[in-house]
Amino acid sequence: MLHKLTVTELSKGLKNKEFSSVELTKHFLDRINQSDLNAFITVTDDLALNQAKAADAKIANGSAGILTGIPYAHKDIFCTTGVKTSAGSKILDPFISPYDATVSHKLNSADTVMLGKANMDELAMGSSNEKSYYGPVKNPWDKNKVPGGSSGGSAAAVAGRLSPFATGTDTGGSIRQPASLCGITGIKPTYGRVSRYGMIAYASSLDQAGPLTQTAEDAALVMNVMAGFDDKDSTSVDRAVPDYTKNLENSIEGLKIGLPKEFFSEGLDSGVAETVMAAVKEFESMGASVQEVSLPNSAHAIPTYYIVAPCECSSNLSRLDGVRYGYRCEDPKDLEDLYLRSRSEGFGPEVKRRIMIGAYALSAGYYDAYYLKAQKVRHLISEDFKKAFQDVDVIMGPVSPTTAFDLGSFTDSVSMYLADIYTLSLNLAGLPGMSIPAGFSNNMPVGLQLIGNYWSEELLLNAAHQFQGQTDWHAQMPEGV
Amino acid sequence: MSLSEQQVKEIAHLARLSVDDGELEQTTAELNNILGLMADLAKIDTEGVSPMAHPLNMSQRLREDEVSEIDQSEAFQAIAPQTGQSHFLVPTVIE
Repeated sequence: MLHKLTVTELSKGLKNKEFSSVELTKHFLDRINQSDLNAFITVTDDLALNQAKAADAKIANGSAGILTGIPYAHKDIFCTTGVKTSAGSKILDPFISPYDATVSHKLNSADTVMLGKANMDELAMGSSNEKSYYGPVKNPWDKNKVPGGSSGGSAAAVAGRLSPFATGTDTGGSIRQPASLCGITGIKPTYGRVSRYGMIAYASSLDQAGPLTQTAEDAALVMNVMAGFDDKDSTSVDRAVPDYTKNLENSIEGLKIGLPKEFFSEGLDSGVAETVMAAVKEFESMGASVQEVSLPNSAHAIPTYYIVAPCECSSNLSRLDGVRYGYRCEDPKDLEDLYLRSRSEGFGPEVKRRIMIGAYALSAGYYDAYYLKAQKVRHLISEDFKKAFQDVDVIMGPVSPTTAFDLGSFTDSVSMYLADIYTLSLNLAGLPGMSIPAGFSNNMPVGLQLIGNYWSEELLLNAAHQFQGQTDWHAQMPEGV
Repeated sequence: MSLSEQQVKEIAHLARLSVDDGELEQTTAELNNILGLMADLAKIDTEGVSPMAHPLNMSQRLREDEVSEIDQSEAFQAIAPQTGQSHFLVPTVIE
């Protein structure tokens, strides 16, 4: 039963000594070890039990915080001292981080218990978690289907109740899309809200970390720990962090919701559209008003993102060269051979494609046509949102055009890129967004996307929490859990 | 605009990735398929639009130029594939 409880409920149970953190941790470790979802790359049994013991001591002496003793799954993109941090890639398979990411450090300081490192698409590139060096993750709702990606292990772990919460990162939808496909809650904060220090970079101007949880209330609790300025991250923003739980109970009467007409055009599965619209109706019945808005450049988000992100990744990943850490090929005959073979043997095919697209788009003679052009279109995309937020408080729509698809159903990169249509634009603009469970289509979960203006995480969490007070989609669990 | 196999070889070299002759045709087709997606970019009117360098339009934060990191070279070198005399070792570059 313990695994079905939310972080909020577990926190109360620990404080009231209904169970100990060690009991809780053992329960989740047992569940993980019996699971066939492949949600974890590394399970840190001993570390978890030690952290749980330390947490129990704090609970006993009255110095516990809200997350003390709560277990979680940590996406394998966050550096963790002494624990393998592979980012789902062969090239980092030998990498035992000598330092902690700021997010890891903050979660440790909050006395949480790390169950292990969650599986993910290689170096966060993918929307299905099929691109992991450690094999695909299965969707707990239907094990023939993908959990989404790149934070697929994180989402599957929470949906399969293998962990009360998980961390994720979102460069083009990697928190929201797996949350949607697995029927859980996930938030991608405003760019600069959560430190990127020690988070293995994919596309530095787009990457942002956030939690995946059962409920918006849980997400608020974890955001309270994850968010905040960090002088080790040059793009971290020095801005006060509110208590994200403070306004959860506010009424959303009068909330102005915008529905972008471009998000409801061709390509959207009708079952997903109906489910999303039913959720919007629910918000209306709670006193929100709904109007149409337009994001005319939103279709351009796909080519723009798939230029900007590969350019940044080709530059970022040049550091993985077999010299200082990570994988090195056997018997390199010279330095060139060392670089070539370490990288070619270490990276998977999708990562190589993106590196090459980026290297091409940044090369002499092509920079203006691709990278510079994309950065200009990015400006147009961000202006669209600026205009829309003059009229509305929150933008709502689908997260993904379909529910979770079958493992192995996409054979080429481009068709999978196209499925990112509703999530990419807000990363390009740097805006916060959420996915919350909105219902089911063909027995698979459908997420509702909430997009807010800069720094409006509080409002998004408030709206999501109010919705979850009126509906029980977030409390549904896959069969057998 | 589509890439030739020769261009793909050059790009692979820029990225320090090897593409075997056996993979060249398929890799070229895949990259061209992706670049096909980008063709629409050229049609978008961006006259007078400035490139967006940062999502929040912020400039780089500066700090005093003082030492902020402690020396952790041993810890960092402990995870390296090959080291010697506090250096990262690679195959001989200069005979």
